[in-house]
Amino acid sequence: MIVTRALTKRYGRTLAVDAVDLAVREGDRYGFLGPNGSGKTTLVRMLLGLVYATSGEIEVLGKPVPKRVAEVLPQVGALVEGPAAYPHLSGRRNLSLLDAAGRGGGRRTRRQRIDDALEQVGLAAVDQRPVKAYSLGMRQRLGLAGALLRKPRLLVLDEPTNGLDPQGIKEIRELLVELNAGGTTVFLSSHLLAEVEQLCTRVGVVDRGRLVLEDDLDTLRAATGRVLVGTPDPAEAAAVLDGQLESRVGDRLVIRHSDPAALNAMLVEAGVRVTSIHAEQRTLEQVVLDVTGPGSDRFGAAG
Amino acid sequence: MILVELRKLALRPRVWVSVLLLCLLPAIVGVFLATADFAPPPGQGGAFLSAVVSDGALFPAAALALVLPLFLPIAVAVTAGDSIAGEASTGTLRYLLVRPVGRTRLLGAKMVALAVYVTAAIVIVVLTSLVLGVILFGTGGTPGVAGPGGQPTGVTSLSGQSLSSSGLGLRLLGAVSYIVVSMLGFAAITVFLSTVSDSALGAALGGLAVLITSSVLETLDAAASVKPYLPTHYWLSWIDFFRDPVLWRNIDHGLLLQAGYIVVFFGAAWANFATKDVTS
Repeated sequence: MIVTRALTKRYGRTLAVDAVDLAVREGDRYGFLGPNGSGKTTLVRMLLGLVYATSGEIEVLGKPVPKRVAEVLPQVGALVEGPAAYPHLSGRRNLSLLDAAGRGGGRRTRRQRIDDALEQVGLAAVDQRPVKAYSLGMRQRLGLAGALLRKPRLLVLDEPTNGLDPQGIKEIRELLVELNAGGTTVFLSSHLLAEVEQLCTRVGVVDRGRLVLEDDLDTLRAATGRVLVGTPDPAEAAAVLDGQLESRVGDRLVIRHSDPAALNAMLVEAGVRVTSIHAEQRTLEQVVLDVTGPGSDRFGAAG
Repeated sequence: MILVELRKLALRPRVWVSVLLLCLLPAIVGVFLATADFAPPPGQGGAFLSAVVSDGALFPAAALALVLPLFLPIAVAVTAGDSIAGEASTGTLRYLLVRPVGRTRLLGAKMVALAVYVTAAIVIVVLTSLVLGVILFGTGGTPGVAGPGGQPTGVTSLSGQSLSSSGLGLRLLGAVSYIVVSMLGFAAITVFLSTVSDSALGAALGGLAVLITSSVLETLDAAASVKPYLPTHYWLSWIDFFRDPVLWRNIDHGLLLQAGYIVVFFGAAWANFATKDVTS
């Protein structure tokens, strides 16, 4: 769906995006992670033909961008760096102007399209008040509705849950999963690890303009070879597991062992009661912190 | 796309306020003229003002003379400055471009919408001032008004002969078209600035700076060599439509000059906008 080769963007002397090779496959829910100022938004803008690359190639939906961007964009819904609307007009009117601006949307079906999109994002009953009276969450939903107007094959969303409350975040997540199940590829850029971890199937991590990691989430969250055990008899357990015990805090033990089931059987056989046991997985946070440096909004002393 | 741009303008309260203000200035002047019992002596005050008192049908021409030097350019500068920079600062520009709307198409639609706005604004000013003029001053010489006695009935041209009302209509039409073209030349400059800046206010002020510079140079004898090329140089030549016979020389020069400004600055706006990184 999206392929970039050695994509580079230079603003004056700063290198915003540095030789990025991105590969988003059809049907992915792709999470594009990176600290603030790492070049996420610049890359998203290049994918949409808003910013022109200094060098490198972009292919979206199999067509070169920006050369044939006019054929690509009708099938793409986008939310770039926060929603935007004419503040003195109502949400419906904003969507109607936006829909009328692009080619290929029939006038007769416009109202239906707008109603559908508003329904999807949970704004079906929105009244005639102007957008300037909207809350941040409502604006975000309206922006999403704009992206969904033409039932796109690819959604490019830059921090789509910004400004939403926990309930709203959950709703949007469910909506994106549902759209994805219906065949829409979702490309989501965010600096929120939890958001990506809960929603995405594939992750790309960008740091200071470079793509430092790209893999399936399941692969990244592989087991660490340790098992976490909770037990009311920590001393007995420690005796049984002599040598394999890594650390012990109160009644919680960290044990170097590859198979929690076998470990459990062994502990129970030795008469150790077990209240909880599970294999430790790498968290996305650890993975990302391992491969990235501090965000570029941090200007502390070096070292 | 042009329709969308027109709808946007029509939905904007600011646009209607600007048209209202354009109509208000001539109305205020008209009321003062009608309540005072003397006309400004010929040659003083705005063009046509002395003639208006004797014939309200000339009031639209006087109204145009009142709004043209400053009011109308300000309204045009504000609207033209807003065209691209305004979309950029609300953030809607990026959403229009990914809708997608081609950049050339967007710029063209903005320019056409501006032309419609300028035309509509001027036509509304002409119509309201015509109604007002006829109400305040009546048509033809009103006996009670002081002034040079024995004015012939019918509108008098600047050259002294009287004009028929159909002739006056055509002349007014010519004058309105000429002013629209003059404003579009100025609008093209401001639209170009609007593609350079992300601030609508900055672009509008830049346009006004051009206007003021041009007006200052106009009064400077040392700048005689560049005068014929200043954007405002032939702005007032629409008055020549009210001479008998119509004095075409300056009108032709003015149209040619404005066409040049439109082509050059619209071209520059296009070249800049089509290749620019949209980071707003």
